[in-house]
This record gives sequence, structure tokens and C-alpha cells, in this order.
Amino acid sequence: MAQFTLPKNSTINQSAGRKYPAAAGAKKVQTFKVYRYDPDTGENPRVDSYEVDMSQCGPMVLDALIKIKNEIDPTLTFRRSCREGICGSCAMNIDGTNTLACIKGCDEVKGDVKIYPLPHMPVVKDLVPDMTHFYAQLASVEPWLKTDSPAPTRERLQSEEDRAKLDGLYECILCACCSTSCPSYWWNGDRYLGPAILLQAYRYIIDSRDEATGERLDQLEDPFKLYRCHTIMNCTKTCPKGLNPAKAIAETKKMLVERRT
Amino acid sequence: MSLRSPLGHARGLGSAKDGTHHFWVQRVSAIALVPLTLWFVFSVARLHGASFEQVHWWVSYPAVAVTLVLFIATALYHSMLGVQVVIEDYVGGEGMKLTALLLSKFFHVAVAVAAIFAVLKVALS
Repeated sequence: MAQFTLPKNSTINQSAGRKYPAAAGAKKVQTFKVYRYDPDTGENPRVDSYEVDMSQCGPMVLDALIKIKNEIDPTLTFRRSCREGICGSCAMNIDGTNTLACIKGCDEVKGDVKIYPLPHMPVVKDLVPDMTHFYAQLASVEPWLKTDSPAPTRERLQSEEDRAKLDGLYECILCACCSTSCPSYWWNGDRYLGPAILLQAYRYIIDSRDEATGERLDQLEDPFKLYRCHTIMNCTKTCPKGLNPAKAIAETKKMLVERRT
Repeated sequence: MSLRSPLGHARGLGSAKDGTHHFWVQRVSAIALVPLTLWFVFSVARLHGASFEQVHWWVSYPAVAVTLVLFIATALYHSMLGVQVVIEDYVGGEGMKLTALLLSKFFHVAVAVAAIFAVLKVALS
């Protein structure tokens, strides 16, 4: 069900934002405006401003967030792990675009760096979204190889050409940047699987070793699960790994047409 | 509050095993509308300043009447499919959604029948 306006307790209280000025003698100051929400206080979200001395900080937005948490405000909450763009934990909305904080350079942003959690997800705290439904949707497409043939005594073989079909798919780190940039996922995310999950589904549909292709297509053939995709392309535009979920969805639709014509 | 598991919620009512037909005919009707719309716009532009009798004579020409009926039927069918998608995208609440879908279908069929009847009446009179 499409919900276009935020519930009252979710709107940002513009006047409540706290300001943390840079220490005296800071050489190169950049301001980070960060979305803050604490469910325990019962207060509406606010946006805090942190002035960071970039001459004493690493180059990426994640470096700045870690510096803020370590040195300025330990209450700031966010997810991070690998700090090199492979775990997908630090996905957030930076400067109006969903991306990974660890591979987004602070110098890529002109002026203040505005940081919000991934759009249209329930917020657990500050920059931490609730990914429960997203992960359940991933589980619902059963992202593992399915076969009925007897297990071979060695690896399941795949030609080089068939393996190449997985390029651009297997690299997905499930950060959810694409799904949370998709208006169809915002309005109908309870039923629409979204680009990230549909790319994962296609990754197994196109895998030559998988024997459940038809069954997988059956599961996706649904006005809401798949066909809410209207080729808006936000997913492809925002993907921090440079992948193309829109193409994976288009290929899936093509296969569904192919098998009935 | 529901205590249903996240996976149960994500699976929901399962796949409708449908949607591909809608997707396909929306594209087929779109392709058909390219020449039909060009023809219609060009023809109407040429009729600029024509008298009632001239337009009447034009519509009653069999090839024109047939193409007009094809244009009306295809355009309204394509529109019905498109409006259905818009309603499914944006209208929340099952009752409201169903009502909007029904009204849209009735409206499109009624307009199509009325427009085709008008063309036939002129063409066959």
C-alpha cells in the first residue's frame, strides 16, 4: 500500500538539531549533517551538524562517521564492517544518493555532506534501517542451486560461456541501495520484491547448473512480485557496485514472454 | 501487530502466475498505436477547416471507418491497461483499489462502445 506522507512521529524536527563545532585550530573543516533518531526517547527525528577537521580524517564518508563516533558523539549509530565496499553494511543515503559510505569520498560532495538512512525503510536507530523484510524476500526466492539430477562425484561443471552469464550478477553484495531507491519498492515493497532480490533470483534462473528455472519463473510471474518494475532505472543508476538490476529484471520478463510464445 | 514470521509475510499469498499477458499486450497495443495514432493525427490535421458534410463523408469511407474503430479500440484497451497499473501502483487499501479498478474498466469499455457506435452510425447511415 502506497504511503506518501510520513507518520507524525517520523517527520524531522528541524529546530531540534544539535551542532558540534570543529575544535579550535581545525585546518580543513567539512560539515556533516546526519539524520538522528532514537526510539527510546520518543522524540521525532532530528538532523545533527558535525564539523570535522578533514586534515585529521580519512578520505571516505565512513572515515568521517567513525571519527565522529570516536571523537565527537559516541551515541551516533550506524552499521559498518569491511570498509572496502564488499560487505554492504554501510549502505546509506549520502548527498541524496544511496551508496556505501566506505567507498564514497567526502571530496565528491560539494558543500555539506547530508547523510540519511536508506529511504523508505523502518528506522531502528539513526542510520540503521530494519532489513528484516528485505532479507525475508531474499529467502523467498530460494537463492541456492536446486537440482534433481544425482549429485556428481566432482564439481558441477559449467562452460566458460555459461559462467560468463553470471558476471554482473554474482558481484551483488545485497546492500539494498537499489531496492530502496526504487519508487515501486517504496509504494509496494510489501509485495514487490525489488531490484536487489529480482537480480538475485535472475542469478539462479540464468545459472546453467540450476534445474529449477521454470519453477523459479513460476514463482516470479506475478503482477506485484515482478511486474511492479516499470524500468525507472534508479536501481542501475544508484548501484555502488556498478551492476544493472534493471537489465536482470528485463531479461526475466523476456524469458516469461519467451516461454509462452 | 502480527506474529507471523518475516518469511511467511514475504511469501504472502504466493505467485498469481499471471502478469505476463498484461505486460505483453500492453506492448503489442503500444506498437499498434504507433501507426494508428500517426494516421489519426495526420488525418484530423488535414480535416482542419472542413465542413460537416466533408467530415461525414470522410468517416463513412469504409477504410477510414475501419481504421477509426481499430484506433479507438486499441487506444482505449491500451489506456485501460495503463490506468490499471497506475491504480495498482498508487491506490492503497484493497477496497479502494478494487473500486478504482472496476470504475476504470467500466469507464473504458463504455467510452469504447460509445465511440465505436458513433463511427458505425455515421459510416452505415
